[in-house]
Amino acid sequence: METKPDLLKITFDGIEVEVEAGTTIMQAARRIAEADASQGHLVPPAMCYYKPLEGSGGKCRACLVKVAQGSAKDTRPMPKLVPSCITMVQDGMVVENVTNPAVLEERKAIVEFLLLNHPLDCPICDQAGECHLQDFAYEHGSSNQRYEEERRTFEKHDIGPYIQLHMTRCILCYRCVYTADQITEKRVHGVLGRGDAAEISTYIEKSIDNDFSGNVIDVCPVGALTDKTYRFKNRVWFSKPVDAHRDCDKCSSHVTLWYRGEEVIRVTARKNEWGEVEEWICNTCRFEKKKTSDWIIEGPTKVLRSSVVSANKYRADTVKKPDFALRLANSQYKPIDDSRPFITDEETVRQLSIENNRKANERSAFENTEN
Amino acid sequence: MTLAEKIYLPAIATGMAITIKHFFQKKVTIRYPEVKRYLGPVFRGRHVLKRDEQGRERCTACGLCAVACPAEAIQIVAEERKKGEEHLYREEKYAAIYEVNMLRCIFCGLCEEACPKQAVYLRHDEFVPVFTERDQVIWGKDLLTENMNNRYLRKAWTKEEAREQNLIEAKGEAAEFVPRAIP
Repeated sequence: METKPDLLKITFDGIEVEVEAGTTIMQAARRIAEADASQGHLVPPAMCYYKPLEGSGGKCRACLVKVAQGSAKDTRPMPKLVPSCITMVQDGMVVENVTNPAVLEERKAIVEFLLLNHPLDCPICDQAGECHLQDFAYEHGSSNQRYEEERRTFEKHDIGPYIQLHMTRCILCYRCVYTADQITEKRVHGVLGRGDAAEISTYIEKSIDNDFSGNVIDVCPVGALTDKTYRFKNRVWFSKPVDAHRDCDKCSSHVTLWYRGEEVIRVTARKNEWGEVEEWICNTCRFEKKKTSDWIIEGPTKVLRSSVVSANKYRADTVKKPDFALRLANSQYKPIDDSRPFITDEETVRQLSIENNRKANERSAFENTEN
Repeated sequence: MTLAEKIYLPAIATGMAITIKHFFQKKVTIRYPEVKRYLGPVFRGRHVLKRDEQGRERCTACGLCAVACPAEAIQIVAEERKKGEEHLYREEKYAAIYEVNMLRCIFCGLCEEACPKQAVYLRHDEFVPVFTERDQVIWGKDLLTENMNNRYLRKAWTKEEAREQNLIEAKGEAAEFVPRAIP
């Protein structure tokens, strides 16, 4: 007999969802948003949790939620707010996120706490515009800060020839440490010191000379780890992202190229809707292939309208043409099929043109016989 | 018509009286190119890239003015400050190229509002002069950066400050605010 996996039913902000045992509250919330895009605002923010990295989460406290009912068996609420990224669901759990004002109030405090030592150098920082902490503070924070003491500062630090570490900006989310653990067998990258003195470091100035070390740049939620080849090249919102791939023997090479005019100024891995990289890319792809001719272009990256990356870029369907012109065009011209796929593969293009030629020949032959 | 109206002379006299009165009145017009009017403290004229009290450039090439600009008139290229240039630039990044296309600019002042470093301002006392050549249209840093020997002075550097000063002036608590160079 086939055994059905046990599905647990939980209520998240008044929405019921059924998930497998072992799912975290965060993943359940993301499942709701994936099923219905309009519920995206319900998902708790995450600064340290990163689904592809095993063991990440539970450090930044950005995703705290209220559990109003522990489970169907034990209906008492949990006494404290719980981190949704590492708390497993139980059957009949009732979770409150944006519906609970106490959670939102707590989140403001978390923003203030994360910004205690974070410098306000967004005008200089290369991450500005795609920084998770910036988004988090903008959406959940209050506009003033009460902190008056000196912030902790560190010297800039080079990790290998391509990566620069600005420890001052680090929020100690440990994502890069988990990435380094995942890509290397020997641990060369970790956190030294405790408390205020805690510091991301490569042990005894050892740089990570792994082929995949560049991924720590994409994983970093703030501008602590940045691309040295992209340093001060341009702001994120003036560059145009384009999806591309190439024939690489080390990685999947599914990347996003960031263009300024005709020039590729940066190569990053592709991020999903939660800002997470699912396929790591190698350092050759990231740092050395900066010519359009190295890549096969797939088409423009989909960017949310609300993102700063889409500022000053105008999509065809948001620009409204005057009614009269549309009616005139309708009466005078054949409609154009714009749903055609964007093909760059030469062989397919050739096959398609052969096919089109054959159809045109048939059509003219048919017209000749009619005459 | 009465006799007085028939001879017209009284009417001519009143008419001339009105005409002659205007000879002695204060003129409402000014001789423009030689004499210029005060345009008020919030007039938005030509751009200026401010320096701080030590003469270092304030602009850090963050690009917020360019993204806020509805006419897309601003172009910036950033560069990293090298060792020994600390007396020239305030931050570790600076604008190597800062260009404003004065044909595109609509003088809306959104760049001024977007600037986090209080670097770009629209002068209240100077216009963009009339162009006669093409190469006068795009203004680079040579024209935009503030001259330390002839700094741009202003009474209030923010809207809030201007409002506060207005209130104080209305109450009659202080007479004059001295224009100053640093925002």
